[in-house]
Amino acid sequence: MQAAMISRAKELLQGGQVQRVLGWKAGEFAYDVTPAVFQSAEEVEAGFLYNDFCGANLSKYLIQESRKPGKVLVFLKPCDTYSFNQLVKEHRILRENIYAIGVPCEGKTDGERLKAAGLRGILALKAEGDRFLVETLYGPQELAKAQALPERCQNCKSKKHVAYDELMGEEGQVLESGRFDMVEKLEAMTPDERFRFWQGELSRCIRCNACRNVCPACSCEKCIFDNDASGVAQKAAANSFEESMFHIIRAFHVAGRCTDCGECSRVCPQQIPLHLLNRKFIKDIDTFYGDYQAGEDTESRAPLTNYTEGDVEPSIVYQRGGN
Amino acid sequence: MQKLALANLGRFFEAVAARQALYLPVEDAGGQASFQRWAPGAKLSGALNTTRSAKDFFFPQTEDLVNFKVRGKEIEIIDPRTEQEPFVVFGVRGCDARSFSILDKVFLADPVDTYYQSRREHGTIVSLACTRPEETCFCTSFGIDPTCPQGDVTAWMEGDALYFAANTPKGEALLAQTAELLEACGDEAVRAQQERVSAILEKLPLAGFSTQSFGGQVLIQVFESEKWAGLSQSCLGCGTCTFVCPTCQCYDIKDMDTGHGVQRFRCWDSCMYSDFTRMAHGNPRLTQKERFRQRFMHKLVYFPANNNGEYGCVGCGRCLAKCPISMNIVKVARALEGDCK
Amino acid sequence: MPTMTEFKPKIVAFCCNWCSYAGADLAGTNRLNYPADVKIIRVPCSCRVNPLFILRAFQRGADGVILCGCHPGDCHYTTGNYYARRRMTLLFSMLDYLGIEKERTRVEWVSAAEGAKFAATMNDFVATVAKLGENKRLEDLRCKQQ
Repeated sequence: MQAAMISRAKELLQGGQVQRVLGWKAGEFAYDVTPAVFQSAEEVEAGFLYNDFCGANLSKYLIQESRKPGKVLVFLKPCDTYSFNQLVKEHRILRENIYAIGVPCEGKTDGERLKAAGLRGILALKAEGDRFLVETLYGPQELAKAQALPERCQNCKSKKHVAYDELMGEEGQVLESGRFDMVEKLEAMTPDERFRFWQGELSRCIRCNACRNVCPACSCEKCIFDNDASGVAQKAAANSFEESMFHIIRAFHVAGRCTDCGECSRVCPQQIPLHLLNRKFIKDIDTFYGDYQAGEDTESRAPLTNYTEGDVEPSIVYQRGGN
Repeated sequence: MQKLALANLGRFFEAVAARQALYLPVEDAGGQASFQRWAPGAKLSGALNTTRSAKDFFFPQTEDLVNFKVRGKEIEIIDPRTEQEPFVVFGVRGCDARSFSILDKVFLADPVDTYYQSRREHGTIVSLACTRPEETCFCTSFGIDPTCPQGDVTAWMEGDALYFAANTPKGEALLAQTAELLEACGDEAVRAQQERVSAILEKLPLAGFSTQSFGGQVLIQVFESEKWAGLSQSCLGCGTCTFVCPTCQCYDIKDMDTGHGVQRFRCWDSCMYSDFTRMAHGNPRLTQKERFRQRFMHKLVYFPANNNGEYGCVGCGRCLAKCPISMNIVKVARALEGDCK
Repeated sequence: MPTMTEFKPKIVAFCCNWCSYAGADLAGTNRLNYPADVKIIRVPCSCRVNPLFILRAFQRGADGVILCGCHPGDCHYTTGNYYARRRMTLLFSMLDYLGIEKERTRVEWVSAAEGAKFAATMNDFVATVAKLGENKRLEDLRCKQQ
């Protein structure tokens, strides 16, 4: 796929249909891939990469890139296309300045996942079929790709591209996934257990803002948490209240707009399962107001800017079974 | 040199913790290592390093500086500090052990930061030699020997024993506390380990990495390099690199209005943030390019220019592992080397 | 035990200007009793209440937060309370998900003619929160110490 993408990108650049290419660039190690803008066919040839480590969602970069002169070519994986649509819907990216090519994805991993799978001192890595052959400082290792897949890819919601100008490879399907299983498990716990679970997770937060800054739905020019005049600005969480507040409000601000791309959990240096907050809102919205997938289209009204007269009352939260 | 049978490690921790607070790396709920206070049953993590650095012990992420209590027209000023209790940090790696001396240059220079100073005076560092360095390690580029880290006590784990060497009176006092568990021994096992690990260090992918061409002498060339725009273009502007970094020491001072007074505290700040060094007119660094540049200029140029050539990096590799977009000091330094002329 | 019975919860009630605030007024002119620990904050519409308001009330020492607005369909601005209803449903569900006692938050629709309902709602809510005791899970100690 990489070779075909490079040749198509060069073709479009040389033909003048696009002026820049937004893609992924190789780094120091086999797994550290950086999102990058390529200005010329030579640059694409020299550094463009598409492999199992291109997990970064490029959609958010288009807020900036689509406002620069000329047209930008972007490669979008299926889940990136949902973020892309959502940003188009919110008028955050200028669609006419973008040429989007959908590319297939079989799940993306990263260095953190390799480490979690027990690999240390990675010197070189080769993907062969469904396995990674890894050369490490401490001898050769082998790892099944499936074992290195992050949660978001294990529970992939869709291999279908919902927006593109051109598609490379085969179109996939919207999938049945178990992405709400963990939410359900938490819902089944007692409030005390849930409280302990979330305190254990959120207390590790270092307020680096990586989750917010990577999030395609967090596209405010100035975040309320950076705005001293808001009264809730915070640069560090001074106590457990501030930890909870940041994460509740961040999840609420993207409720109904979060496409569940999972970037928040990917970038968290403390491995906090932040997607579980967003998925709770998604699940509640589906249950209370009917199935809704943010980014599926560019026209429908978001659930929180919509209503029906017969909506459930907030008291449903108390009446619900379980705990 | 003294030696402790590993079978007695739990008893050793217990003995140390009985006299002062003991912190050690343990596995947290996220499956990563972090420094936590010892409690019965605590298990030393086998990870090479903690996600957060050890700078927290002396320069915590948030710290109250002063409280103002308001009653009518009267303001009472309260120093919230209580007497600092002695504490021991066990298992600090060579990179973090060196980072303290870099932080000292900032916080113990005139005017001395008494909050930091008090913690430094009351803390005893037991460093632990590395045996399985990883691909992201490059501490040797800064002259650090991870097989013989600095600290009040240096420890080596080898075979079924933990070997100790005290480097300071504080360290000697700590070992004296647990004398009944220790026995004098030779340094053969430690020397063998050092040789073995040194051989691995030479094979590290970043073994040849050097920042020697950077420093105050190339300030203008590096500052004006055209490469910054490209290097910073995908930077998210988050604070991950600065917050996991053992040597990043910038902070902000904020006031919390509690409704009945004001709590003045400081917290870590990041040069990547939009309100870093904000003044009346705004942030002097208008785009992410300038903010990104600031971080690396500080580490590679400004810091050595003001500190006899010492760089503001210890090669722990945390930013290499944690940056969401995999942009880091190694990539930056390699890209800019050509401009250092 | 005595401390348990003596606990008086602090309650913040966000009341819509057009219905519930007038309802509170009516409760007052009718001399209906409800605890003085209910602090009313008048808002132009229940829709004005941002989830942050609720959290901030807890931070500043509230033990319970209640939002009162016009009955659905009766909003002075036609549809404001419909949006508020969705927001609060999701927010309360999230608080519950985080293990924060769900009984500490409530939404009630009170019209300008329902002074009795206002008083009854407040009495019931205060009693519920009193049973729960002090808010510990969403507290900010800095704001609590005196």
